[in-house]
Amino acid sequence: MVENRPILNILTHAVLILGVLFLCFPVWMALVASTHGAEALSRAPIPLWFGGQGWDNYTQLLSAGLPAAGGVPIGMMMMNSLIMALVITFGKIAISIISAYAIVYFRFPFRMGFFWMIFLTLMLPVEVRILPTFDVVTRLGMLNTYAGLTIPLIASATATFLFRQFFLTIPDELVEAARIDRAGPVRFFIDILLPMSRTNIAALFIILFIYGWNQYLWPLLVTTEEGLYTVVMGIQRMVNSGEALPVWHFVMGTAILGMIPPVVVVVAMQKLFVKGLVESEK
Amino acid sequence: MTIKTILTATTALAIAAPAFAADKAQVQFWHAMGGELGTIVDTFAADYSAGSETCQINAVYKGNYTENMTAAIAAFRAGEQPHVVQVFEVGTATMMAAEDKGAVYPVYKLMQDAGVDFDQSAYLPAVVSYYTDTDNNLLSLPFNSSTPVMWYNKTALDAAGVAVPTTWDEVEEAARALKANGVEKPFSMGWQSWTQIENYSAWHNIPMASEENGFASLKTEFTFNNDAVVNHIQRIADMGKEGLFGYGGRRGDSRGMFVNGETALWINSSAYYGGFKSDIKDFEFGQTMLPLDTAVADAPQNSIIGGATLWVLNGHKSDEYKCVAEFFQYLSQPEQQAFWHQNTGYVPITTAAYELSKEQGFYKTDPGTDTAIKELSLNTPTPNSKGIRFGNFVQARDIINEELEAVWAGDKTAREAMDAAVERGNALLRKFEDANS
Amino acid sequence: MQKRVIFRSRSLPYLLVLPQIAVTLVFFFWPSYQALESSFFIEDAFGFSREWVGLRNYRDLFADPGYLRSFRTTLVFGLSVTALALGTSLGLAVAANRVLRAAQSYRTLLIWPYAVAPALAGVIWYFLMNPSMGIVAYWLKGLGVEWNHYVNGNQALILVVVAAAWKQISYNFLFFLAGLQSIPKSLIEAAAIDRAGPIRRFWTITMPLLSPTTFFLLVVNLVYAFFDTFALIHATTNGGPADATSVLVFRVYNTGFIGQDYGSSAAQSVVLMALVIGMTFIQFRYVERKVTY
Repeated sequence: MVENRPILNILTHAVLILGVLFLCFPVWMALVASTHGAEALSRAPIPLWFGGQGWDNYTQLLSAGLPAAGGVPIGMMMMNSLIMALVITFGKIAISIISAYAIVYFRFPFRMGFFWMIFLTLMLPVEVRILPTFDVVTRLGMLNTYAGLTIPLIASATATFLFRQFFLTIPDELVEAARIDRAGPVRFFIDILLPMSRTNIAALFIILFIYGWNQYLWPLLVTTEEGLYTVVMGIQRMVNSGEALPVWHFVMGTAILGMIPPVVVVVAMQKLFVKGLVESEK
Repeated sequence: MTIKTILTATTALAIAAPAFAADKAQVQFWHAMGGELGTIVDTFAADYSAGSETCQINAVYKGNYTENMTAAIAAFRAGEQPHVVQVFEVGTATMMAAEDKGAVYPVYKLMQDAGVDFDQSAYLPAVVSYYTDTDNNLLSLPFNSSTPVMWYNKTALDAAGVAVPTTWDEVEEAARALKANGVEKPFSMGWQSWTQIENYSAWHNIPMASEENGFASLKTEFTFNNDAVVNHIQRIADMGKEGLFGYGGRRGDSRGMFVNGETALWINSSAYYGGFKSDIKDFEFGQTMLPLDTAVADAPQNSIIGGATLWVLNGHKSDEYKCVAEFFQYLSQPEQQAFWHQNTGYVPITTAAYELSKEQGFYKTDPGTDTAIKELSLNTPTPNSKGIRFGNFVQARDIINEELEAVWAGDKTAREAMDAAVERGNALLRKFEDANS
Repeated sequence: MQKRVIFRSRSLPYLLVLPQIAVTLVFFFWPSYQALESSFFIEDAFGFSREWVGLRNYRDLFADPGYLRSFRTTLVFGLSVTALALGTSLGLAVAANRVLRAAQSYRTLLIWPYAVAPALAGVIWYFLMNPSMGIVAYWLKGLGVEWNHYVNGNQALILVVVAAAWKQISYNFLFFLAGLQSIPKSLIEAAAIDRAGPIRRFWTITMPLLSPTTFFLLVVNLVYAFFDTFALIHATTNGGPADATSVLVFRVYNTGFIGQDYGSSAAQSVVLMALVIGMTFIQFRYVERKVTY
């Protein structure tokens, strides 16, 4: 720093610690609540430290679910979330990288038209046109299928742009060299472009995995069979469980389970995550 | 066999059943019974399936009443509808309109086609009249019906030295005494449109809409901005200002306030009985008839039901419908009905189940549990008290909720709110008329 | 925009864009067209019949005080979330930028909420603020604030604003930190030599240099608050009490799926799509500008 002022330093740390506390406190409380029984959570003030029922609560949640909310095991919901997140992630990456490749490395009629079509979807989240999209999916007979759960969310303007920007920075000499070697466009893509995009793909993977895992409204609508429920939408059934009051220790347990996979991915691959986030939005 | 063993045995079966049930006819049954109620519904489905060689009933919890009904309609549009869907009473008009167009398989016809004995007169008139067509044919199977009662915290009332109130004036006085004795929000209620407008009107024999509360035709128009209702709503709002009434949210959201003693007088469905019995440990509670507004009527008329019925949707195979018919017959038997009634607080929907409960001495061991059925059968229903039938009523209730909440928050007077609710509600009625004529 | 050196192929490029374009056509354009079409009809719940009504759905919509109130709610909600999330994260980023050595560990502790699903974030805050047993509601009561988001619309709105902002702080923090780290140290040092204090340096040097980042985040945060917070609201307040948290996207869903008023829901979709496309162009102009320099 430019100068060293002890008061300013203390203030700096105080701000940061306060920020960390503000961000961590809710999850701390959720974690604590998930280790108690209904009794401890029935009236204020609720305990701030762990109870002894954590193991029982989590075993029940993972294997049997919450009877009051239909008794769908959270373990199964998490499996579905994982499948959905992975299909969306790989699907998005796959179709984006090839369409970006076409747009950057080829010249063909309607190229700009296609580009604009993809671009228009950039900020048109599914929530905005939810009813007709649902209608289309039902007409195609895709309700209650993994395809219906994932394919409509697979188009990605963001990923296409990221790859386009990246391809534009790759020197033209590489293409010329490939030409001299008589490598065709498919060879060039597989042997040169794909390996070069490794970091970008990995970074994008994290962002898209979180996007896929955190989907809520779409799975809520297209799944009517319990075998396809995902954990993020599943929690809604527990909070609004008909006439009964929410069973908070189970709800909080589910919230914790539902956030573990994406949070672990972000923390474990922090560098790539930051890169992915900052670059995909530029 | 005791109830407990049935429960545990059938729950075990429910888990084991799907493994060897593949060759049975599969029936999808979507319901909105969360919590304890859901467990009993699952038990019924599993118990019936275990006893049947050809049928498997798959009971699926689909969220609250609104979510369950809308999910079923969306599924119908998609051709993925369940066989049986539980629809609450306010969705009746929508389902009836759908019956005209062929989406619904009426229960009387289902039973006929399946050759299952079915005696409509076994059901309580107050319940059945809500769900029959103009030729007195039953369209859906009454399953869980309740009516609002006033729940009271006896321990708190005794401590404050007041008797159980029977009129609204007494409610106010009791609330004052309770407040003075340290009860935070003495009075509260849930399902406010149902308890404070629909049932208030029926209880005092005043119409809430034209055309016999919608039974006579789709041209019906709301009239619940009359003086009686407006004054009643204003009374509750004034109680709120005085700290005697505390609003605790829509539906049953305020249930917790009664359970933990914040509230001592709570008007809501009789069906909270089962939950209260297991949750309330530290005070004595009871239920009594709805209070009378002496400025409006000298004696109460009768209350109207709430709750839900089971509708059968078209588009499946006949052997599956045979299963549905048999399952319905199973559900209507006095044993099931009495068990359901005694464990949940829903009214017994057949006379036989009511008699059986009496025989078993249930009303002696659990005094007050016949309050609901007494309210329903107090007098012969008049056009004002036999029920209501409005299109788009799910949305209309939302509007009423919104307007009432504006009153409780002090943003509107009761008059302004009721006028607005009627105007907005009528727009919905006209839209329903246009879409269904 | 494109390479100088390119490949030549008649069919390959079409094959390559086909999957993306197919998904876009089927799940974006077809539904959008359908929304436009349905917005001119009224239809019964089960979809048996529909009747052409021209612009009636739109007229009804803009005559409905509830819908107009939703615009206001959305705006208040969006601006509050943005202000809260931007302000907090800027403070944190400035602080983190000062502590060079510890910055890494603070960053780890500050970025993970980004991964928490909005629905889960909402449910947790809903639990913390529950009027009868939530710990925050209990503390507030100690401070003399009677908290009850079941009744009080403003409090319900505050609840969803806080939960939505809580989740967005991490994201903004990362961008602000990246922006701060790219400001040349020499500039700050030069100002320090001129005896400009830290606060003045912040306003005269740091903020102007951060303005592209800030503008970008402003748009992203608004879009987030307008469209991505549906889950948060649906899983908690469900739009209530008294419509107080019923933002525009929530209303589209509620009118269509809960109210079964398909025509009106479609009309609302069309209005929203027009708004979104407008916002996309604003952002695009900004993106293009950034690309050119």
